[in-house]
Amino acid sequence: MNKIAALIVTLIAGGVLFYSTAFFPKWGDPKQPASIHVSPRYIEMTLAETQVPNAVTSVLADYRGYDTMFETSVIFTAGIAVMMLIRRSR
Amino acid sequence: MVKDLEDVVIRTVSRILVPFIQIYGLYVFVHGHGSPGGGFQGGCIMAASFILLVVAFNLRESKRRLKERTNAIFCALGVFIYAGTGYLSFLYSGNFLDYGQLSNLFPTDPIKARYYGMAMIELGVQITVMAVMVSIFLDLITAGKHEETLEEDGK
Amino acid sequence: MTDLILSNYNYWVYVVLIMIGFYGMMAKNNLMKKLIGMNIFQWSIILFYISIGAKKGGTIPVVDPSLHPAIRALDYVNPLPHVLMLTAIVVGVATTGIALTLLILIYRKYGTLEEDEILEALKK
Repeated sequence: MNKIAALIVTLIAGGVLFYSTAFFPKWGDPKQPASIHVSPRYIEMTLAETQVPNAVTSVLADYRGYDTMFETSVIFTAGIAVMMLIRRSR
Repeated sequence: MVKDLEDVVIRTVSRILVPFIQIYGLYVFVHGHGSPGGGFQGGCIMAASFILLVVAFNLRESKRRLKERTNAIFCALGVFIYAGTGYLSFLYSGNFLDYGQLSNLFPTDPIKARYYGMAMIELGVQITVMAVMVSIFLDLITAGKHEETLEEDGK
Repeated sequence: MTDLILSNYNYWVYVVLIMIGFYGMMAKNNLMKKLIGMNIFQWSIILFYISIGAKKGGTIPVVDPSLHPAIRALDYVNPLPHVLMLTAIVVGVATTGIALTLLILIYRKYGTLEEDEILEALKK
C-alpha cells in the first residue's frame, strides 16, 4: 500500500494510544494494580519457602516453572526448524 | 600490510579472551540464586564465546572446538534434563515439577531441596540456550552450506 | 496538566516506538525492513511491561537474607514483569531466527527481496 495511507493509519492508531495513556497509573506508583495482587506474596515468601534470595529466579524456576519449561521447548523447536529448513546436502 | 597487522591483533586478543568469556558465563549461571543471573543469561554469554571464534577466525576453528554432532546433542540434552527433573518427583508421589519431593533423593530438608531442584533445571536451560544460539548463528551465516564454507576456508 | 505529563511521559516514548515499528511494517517495500519494524514493535512492548513494574524508591528484587522475617514488599521492585519478559525475549529471538531463515529461502527462489517484484513473479 502506498506510504500516505500507511502514515495516516499509523497516526490515527498512535492518537488513540496517546489518548489512552491518560488513564494509566502513574510511573512508579506502589499501589498500582500490577503490584498488589500476587507479587507481594512472591517477594515476602521467597526466602521462607525456597531459600533463594533472588526473587526473579525463584519466580521463574519454581513458582512459574511450567512456563519456563515450555519456553525452553520453544527455543529448541526454533533451532530444529532452522536446521530443517535451511540445510542442503550436496 | 596494515590488514595483516590488524588480523594479528584481533586473532591474538580473541584467542586469549575466549576462555575468560566462558568462565564468566559459568560464573553468571552459578550465581543466579544470589545475584542477577541465571540460566538464560549464562547460556547466551557462553554462546558468545563460540561466535567470537567464528567472527575473528574462520568457521573451521569453531567447528574444531565444538563439533556439530555434540552441538545437536546438547540441544536436546537440556530439555531432557529439565523435563527429567520434573518427572523425578513423580516417582515419589508428588506433582510434576514439585521439587520438595526431591528431599527423598538428596539428604536435605524439603525447603533446601527446592534450592537444588532450581539449580538442576537452570543447568538444563543453560545447555539448551547455548547450543541453540550457536546452531542458529552457524546456519544463518553459511546459508546452510556448511561443507562448502569449510572448503573455502581451507584454501 | 503538567503533572500528567511528568508522571506519564514514559508511556509516550513507548507509543512513539510502537508507531515507528508499525509504519515500518506497513510502508516499506523491502522484506528485511519489514522484519526490522516487527522487531522494533516487539521490543517496545517488552520495555513497556518492564516499566510497569517499577516502584518509587525500590531496589532490585534480590532480598537481603540478613533481615529474614521482616521483608516488606514495598522496598523491592515487582519481579513478575521481569520474569514474563524473559520468556518474551527468548520467543522473540526464536521468531527472528526463523524469519531470517525464510528470507534466505525466498532469496534463493526468487532472486530478490523486494515485495512488489515477488508479487509480480507470483502472479505469472
